[in-house]
Amino acid sequence: MSSPSSGGASRDGYGKGLLRLAEDPRVVVLEADLGKSTKSHHFREKFPERTVSLGIAEQNMMIVAAGMASSGKIPYASTFAIFTERAFEQIRNGIARAGLNVHICGSHGGIHTGSDGSSAQSIEDLGIYRTIPNMAVIHPCDDLSAEELTVLTRDLNSPSYMRTVRNKVPRIYSVEEVKKLKIGKGSVIRDGNDVAIISCGIMVGIAHNASEKLKSQGISACVVDMHTIKPLDNDLLMELANKCGCFVTAEDHSIIGGLGSAVSEWASSEIPLPIEKIAVRDRFGESGEPNELLEQMGMSEENIVEAVNKVINRKKMQY
Amino acid sequence: MSYEIEPLSMMAKRCRKDIIEMIYSAKSGHPGGSLSSIDIIVALYQTALNFRIDDMNWADRDRFIMSKGHASPAVYSILHQLGVISKEDILSFRRLGSVCQGHVDMKWTEGIDFSAGSLGMGLSYGLGCALAAKMDNSERNIWVMIGDGETQEGQIWEAAMSASYHSSNNLKVIVDRNRIQNDDFVEKQMEIGDIGQKFDSFGWNVREIDGHNMEEILEVLKWAKEEKSGPCAIIAHTIKGKGISFMENNPSFHGKSPSEEEFNIAMEELQ
Repeated sequence: MSSPSSGGASRDGYGKGLLRLAEDPRVVVLEADLGKSTKSHHFREKFPERTVSLGIAEQNMMIVAAGMASSGKIPYASTFAIFTERAFEQIRNGIARAGLNVHICGSHGGIHTGSDGSSAQSIEDLGIYRTIPNMAVIHPCDDLSAEELTVLTRDLNSPSYMRTVRNKVPRIYSVEEVKKLKIGKGSVIRDGNDVAIISCGIMVGIAHNASEKLKSQGISACVVDMHTIKPLDNDLLMELANKCGCFVTAEDHSIIGGLGSAVSEWASSEIPLPIEKIAVRDRFGESGEPNELLEQMGMSEENIVEAVNKVINRKKMQY
Repeated sequence: MSYEIEPLSMMAKRCRKDIIEMIYSAKSGHPGGSLSSIDIIVALYQTALNFRIDDMNWADRDRFIMSKGHASPAVYSILHQLGVISKEDILSFRRLGSVCQGHVDMKWTEGIDFSAGSLGMGLSYGLGCALAAKMDNSERNIWVMIGDGETQEGQIWEAAMSASYHSSNNLKVIVDRNRIQNDDFVEKQMEIGDIGQKFDSFGWNVREIDGHNMEEILEVLKWAKEEKSGPCAIIAHTIKGKGISFMENNPSFHGKSPSEEEFNIAMEELQ
């Protein structure tokens, strides 16, 4: 695949995805006073009659969405990722248990959110929503893939949670490549044989940069955009395990419960192999620039390179 | 009055028997709030709710959202009396695989519009149904029943505020004001004050009735059906455990099955 070029934030992709979904009259948009931030406001401006403003009341918004879905609408409800968590029980009991076709978008996910500080940096969302039966959990890596995956959620006919991020990151996909994405199918953005770096969100671009450094060290790293954390692409994981024999996972999320946990759960029952996890190590964030925070948390390119060397050494020790 | 009171009262009595039988059969369940709400539910289904008995999934039906989902025996009893679910169904209440789950659940029971069990959510869900009905240019009404203790949940007031803002005149809430919640009397747990006045201040049309007086119930349902100036709240003053002497106004029968002796007395009282 092409190397990263300048792009947008995944929340911009969500906004554009909603505009593409507008041709379906069943699609409605729900907001809790953060439409300008999550980017649903583009839909609101063009289709006010299909946009419902619910004020700063996330629990109500989630269940209003459930009621609308039960009446044949396909609701897209968004707020900050952290504030969706306030309505976790509503999402669990009111949306997912009834299997309703409600699509939740939590923007400003992860420590990459930056200077707003720890109250706005959701690092639990992927983990908690992954525990809910029948719920798809999606975390795109750039604006184009966020747009495409948003459009694809419509036909799931079951609930989904998508985390987007606040800040712009280099684009991973081209306009043509992104059309190949499917929910539940990981995407290999760089092929390699020595290690598979399985990543999501903003860490995909960082993993890609790390793979360039590794190449100069003579290490051939496969880089995967695992945009769907649930359902996890088990077939791809098996293929990569057989080919590479060790994994590094990379996510802007707590080390507990997210992509690294999901991959480890799969491996422990299918094909145990060395795994290193790049993630937030069970702590809260703080204010700062995104790149400063990534460095402070041990989630930089260099940290990925180190983790790869570690995991390759452990693989060698096995033989 | 276009409806006869007597047949409705007779049906409510049959429902009360079903409620006691299914809870006794399950050896668990919530008799108090089922018995306090059943007169209103019978009148609602028989005189106000627009639905098709041979097509309970008719898309343009009125919705009935039972937010106080623990009073599921009340809803199962009316569905049984209407022939939607069988005697075997209601007697399997709370058993593995039963269509009659502990709390009302739209995935399990025909004729149920909402999966309840967590208090405070039904009014928001009803608002979602009401907004969708408006978008569809449908005349269907959305009826929601909540408990009085349930109004301690903040989400009720989030929904009340937003229903008023969205001018949801197709949304009707009935508050079963039986004055008892799980642990004790509402006034002891956390007094909620004048609920009617609270809904009024949130911009709702409010009426208060005796929730066991069939004439008052029919009149208020007719009012709510025709009132189009905004959302409507009916505060129904009821007696928890109504119809069974030892359950009436008794907090210990919020969520407890009668013993064999109590069951026999209850069934005798309902003759």
